[in-house]
Amino acid sequence: MIPFTITQAPSTHEAIQAAAAGGRYIAGGTTLIDLMREEVERPDRLIDINALPLKHIRAEGPDLIIGALARMSEVAVHPDTRRLHPVIGEALIEGASPQLRNMASMGGNLLQRVRCPYFRMLDAPCNKRIPGSGCSAIDGLNIGHAILGTSDQCAATHPSDVAVALVALEATMRVQGPQGERTFPVEELYRLPGDTPHLEHTLLPGELIVEIRVPGLSYSRRARYLKVRDRASYEFALIAAAAVIDLDGGVIREARLAVGGAGTRPWRLRAVEQALKGKRLERATLEAAARTAVEGARPLSGNQYKVELLPRTIVRALELAGEIA
Amino acid sequence: MSDDKYWDDARGDVDIASTRALSRRSVLQLAGAVTASTTIPEAFANTTPAAAPTPAAAIAAKVSFSVNGVRHSLELDPRQSLLDVMRERLELTGTKKGCNQGACGACTILVNGKRIVSCLTLAAMHSGAEITTIEGLASNGDLHPVQEAFIKHEGFQCGYCTPGQIISAVGCIAEGHAGSAEEIQFWMSGNICRCGAYPGICAAVADAAGRN
Amino acid sequence: MTMNVIGKPVARVDGRDKVTGRALYAAEFNQSNQAYAVIVNATVGLGRITGIDQAAVAKMPGVLSVLSHLNAPKLAYRPHKGSIDPKTGERLHVLQDEAVRFHGQPVALIVAETLDSAERAAAALRITYEAQRPIIDIADPDARAIVPESGRDHTRGDAEAAFANAPVNLKASYDIARENHNPMEPHATVAVWKGDKLTLWSKSQYVVNEQAEIAAIFGIPLENVQVICPFIGGAFGTSLRTWSHVTLAAMAARVTQRPVKLALTRKQMFFTTGHRPRTLQHVAIGATQDGKLTSLIHEGTGETSRYEQFSEALVASSSYLVSCPNVTTRYRLAALDTGTPVFMRGPGEASGVFALESALDELSYKLNIDPIELRRRNEPKLDEGVNKPFSSRSLIRCYDVGAERFQWLNRMPQPRSMLDGRLRIGIGVASATYPAYQAQSSARVRLLASGIAEVEVAASDMGPGTYTSMTQVAAETLGLPIDKVRFSLGRSDFPPAPSHGGSWTMASVGSAIRAACISVLEEAKKRPSTDRPLEATATTQRDAGVAGRFSMHAFGAVFAEVAIDPDVGTIRVRRALGVYGAGRIINPLLATSQCTGGMIGGIGMALMERTVLDRRDGRPVNAHMADYLMPVNLDTPKIEVQFVDEVDPHVNPLGVKGLGEIALVGMAPAIANAVFHATGKRIRRLPILLEDMLHA
Repeated sequence: MIPFTITQAPSTHEAIQAAAAGGRYIAGGTTLIDLMREEVERPDRLIDINALPLKHIRAEGPDLIIGALARMSEVAVHPDTRRLHPVIGEALIEGASPQLRNMASMGGNLLQRVRCPYFRMLDAPCNKRIPGSGCSAIDGLNIGHAILGTSDQCAATHPSDVAVALVALEATMRVQGPQGERTFPVEELYRLPGDTPHLEHTLLPGELIVEIRVPGLSYSRRARYLKVRDRASYEFALIAAAAVIDLDGGVIREARLAVGGAGTRPWRLRAVEQALKGKRLERATLEAAARTAVEGARPLSGNQYKVELLPRTIVRALELAGEIA
Repeated sequence: MSDDKYWDDARGDVDIASTRALSRRSVLQLAGAVTASTTIPEAFANTTPAAAPTPAAAIAAKVSFSVNGVRHSLELDPRQSLLDVMRERLELTGTKKGCNQGACGACTILVNGKRIVSCLTLAAMHSGAEITTIEGLASNGDLHPVQEAFIKHEGFQCGYCTPGQIISAVGCIAEGHAGSAEEIQFWMSGNICRCGAYPGICAAVADAAGRN
Repeated sequence: MTMNVIGKPVARVDGRDKVTGRALYAAEFNQSNQAYAVIVNATVGLGRITGIDQAAVAKMPGVLSVLSHLNAPKLAYRPHKGSIDPKTGERLHVLQDEAVRFHGQPVALIVAETLDSAERAAAALRITYEAQRPIIDIADPDARAIVPESGRDHTRGDAEAAFANAPVNLKASYDIARENHNPMEPHATVAVWKGDKLTLWSKSQYVVNEQAEIAAIFGIPLENVQVICPFIGGAFGTSLRTWSHVTLAAMAARVTQRPVKLALTRKQMFFTTGHRPRTLQHVAIGATQDGKLTSLIHEGTGETSRYEQFSEALVASSSYLVSCPNVTTRYRLAALDTGTPVFMRGPGEASGVFALESALDELSYKLNIDPIELRRRNEPKLDEGVNKPFSSRSLIRCYDVGAERFQWLNRMPQPRSMLDGRLRIGIGVASATYPAYQAQSSARVRLLASGIAEVEVAASDMGPGTYTSMTQVAAETLGLPIDKVRFSLGRSDFPPAPSHGGSWTMASVGSAIRAACISVLEEAKKRPSTDRPLEATATTQRDAGVAGRFSMHAFGAVFAEVAIDPDVGTIRVRRALGVYGAGRIINPLLATSQCTGGMIGGIGMALMERTVLDRRDGRPVNAHMADYLMPVNLDTPKIEVQFVDEVDPHVNPLGVKGLGEIALVGMAPAIANAVFHATGKRIRRLPILLEDMLHA
């Protein structure tokens, strides 16, 4: 770790000022400290934001409001989460470990860095760390990498589970920064790697996530998060799917679907949602719709199985959601 | 066997070692005594081993927190994790470093009653915190029910993941996640045991939860 | 007088220390004025160092010393081969020249006032290399094939001809991934020099060898080195040898004249502390229609390094596990640009038995004979490999007991015939075996006037419960209650013990303790009343006559039930049972734990564990505990362990065969066989991953 100073921000305003002057926010620290120890992250000034009043979780009418500093574990078990958007709780407890969920903030969760092993290794080329240095994963170990939204420069997946659920539910986030406040969909937080894989998100310098709003959805209880992995727990998703469906006598009136482990960012599947509209919740129908998810997929040497696994995971997630009374 | 034997080991035939071992032993005894009483003698509250190295030319941060009921006011390198401060500074080596990457759970401690991995958090971020480590579970020489259950049910073999497992189990039970065998398995999956003592760990957690 | 302490489920005598955090592991012997050392590892897979910018780093805050081949002390590196070291080749000489032999080789060392300062300086050290492409793949045509000097091919009859003439035959190839031991405790050494005497608090499964090795490396008398290791946080073989980091810790302490602590990072534990070698195996079996084997050919190749020949008993069990008149086994090595492998739990057998037991299972389906019945029909009456009777062999009894307990008869014989809801269910079985070794060991017993017996051996306890079981042996032999026995281990100045591995600790150390106790009792008879403590030391080894007359092995039958999600391919083990005939069980509580743990290790081997090397530069890419998967609590099935009563009067005076290795051996093939039963898909590559199930 390179030496740094750390100061606690007494207010959001002061935190933003300190960040505008070049400081880095730290909340749970589970990503940042890990990567600082590898010297992948090299901040020289940390702003501890844990004292800021952003830990709230509450309902506003049908909407679920989550403060950016609420911990994963708190959000997962909160009565309003379970009542309004149970799939968020489900996605949260499938992530990381109980200890890490007690530490990691919701804002930090959304801003996790990618899990590509080469990204962590300073002695391996990585376009995300050093633009133009090359991608080690494309011809190396890439079993966990994305098949959608990749570029020749980067194919790493975003590791968050809850982001997948939030994207499916069309959650928005409120951020504050030196230029003021703005609100935008969580989905728009993430960039595709393209020719600029070093730019992962759309936050402006000094911007701080303050709150996540998950709009109410009449059918939000008919939802499942299915995470597929070789180990039963404490492993990143090979493929994960958040499925939310509105059923009317066995016919899908509307569906929301997003997947993790498949794309370079949490991946909403609008075309599949469209294809499901008005169809019966039956295996063959679901399979036909799910297959469209991998159109244009670009697998690498080690992740071709995801082209098969992704549609199957989607089908199962939809079926599981459909089984909910 | 008694713990004296290890201290004899620590003394070995090396003089420098023996001074350290003795000072450490007295610190531990002291910590035990302090846990038992309610007031903290001010003179001991700041006790840190004399040999704790002060980093040359590093930026210092000040932090004050309580560990197992003993308050510590420290000046430290901001880079130091809570884990390293426990092990290298406060001589509380019961908390283990397994991976230092948040991927094994061996360093689990309770901070303000919640289980966390101490390797992925900076000590400088915990001013005012109430910290419990494995050394703080037993009181007056009586083992905590979870500690007793781990012995009874063979919840360990090599013992290295054990402090983390036990602290994690205390957290798991407090969270209300010890209702069934499968629930325990799920909520204890953040602690890897390479010896494979998982069935014993589950039995111990279930037993201790039942007694609570 | 007998106390009947042996055979009782005595609770761990060190349990209280372990649950309170008082048990001290190597890195916890903090010393006054201690400095910290951090290793810098090569970032190329083969080549040489062309430059190191040491001066820039030496000026960094807190840095005490920067060492590389440019300025490190030239060490004696006297010839020394402990029983655990490869017989052929020469160990890595660390920081002695500019050559890079494998990715991750230590090339420099930072010593600093604090760990953070040392880590920072290590990251900042700039090293340039001239790099070549390493050969790291056992299947690489450029990999040099070696006939190991240690190994002998076994041939009886004419297996090739018998195979050609067999009414039924099959051929199959198996590929088992490289694994790393990944004990929870990272390797660590605290080194202190006082004059020319060195004390090492060091993680070791073999303290007397560590003492000898370090004395040889530094060219100092044996008695000047003391190695202390009261507790080991798991090892599974990775701490059998004395690796380069121990040398570096001692070097750092000598150069800086300070006590030095050196602990490896988790990533570094994939570089220089050994691994289970990747293996490629070919099995050919010929049989009659009624399932009697007529031919068995088992060939295997394992990884080794360029500088040492690591060999293990990969194909050895094929000469005695089944009866067959025509057998050929061949063992080869592929010399690669990697560090030297080392024994990992169930070494050799775990990999070799996977191939043989997978092939036998495959044959059973081909012949439409129940897999257990097939083993029964090929049960040998003696060890046909060496033409000697077994000292005892309970394999079929293990199958019988296991079949009943696991309700084998409820299994539907056809593949793909069992379902639980959507899930495909499969039940598989496999044999396990491991030799019952015994090595020379000494022990010292002291009877104090207070009635306490002190027992000392330079043995180790990496988790099986040596502290407890040896206390039981001493208490039983002396006729004392458990709490009157104080057993100590883990010091190189104690009477020597063999390495803590190979499942021979109880047979070796236990026998020595028993002999020393008998000896001290005789002494007591001669001197019934004395104020002075009575002391006896004994050294025991296997009786040469017994070794000449018998083949000695433990055997077991392992059952596994898997559930496979037909849609997303996830494989979970739901039930498992291991039944073992392993001689006398000293402590059923500890023995059950040890076997349960070994079986869970086998789940890892079957379904998760692999170290992936990047073929461009040999780097272990997944050198991280989130990427190198091992079972977590939720992966644990309902596991049962049972021991059949087995009295073996020959194997050693205690009648024990050892458990640590055999506990892992049969699990992976049992699981692979269950996967076949569930899906009809035979996977011959470990680990079996969900991606293998997508088309099953």
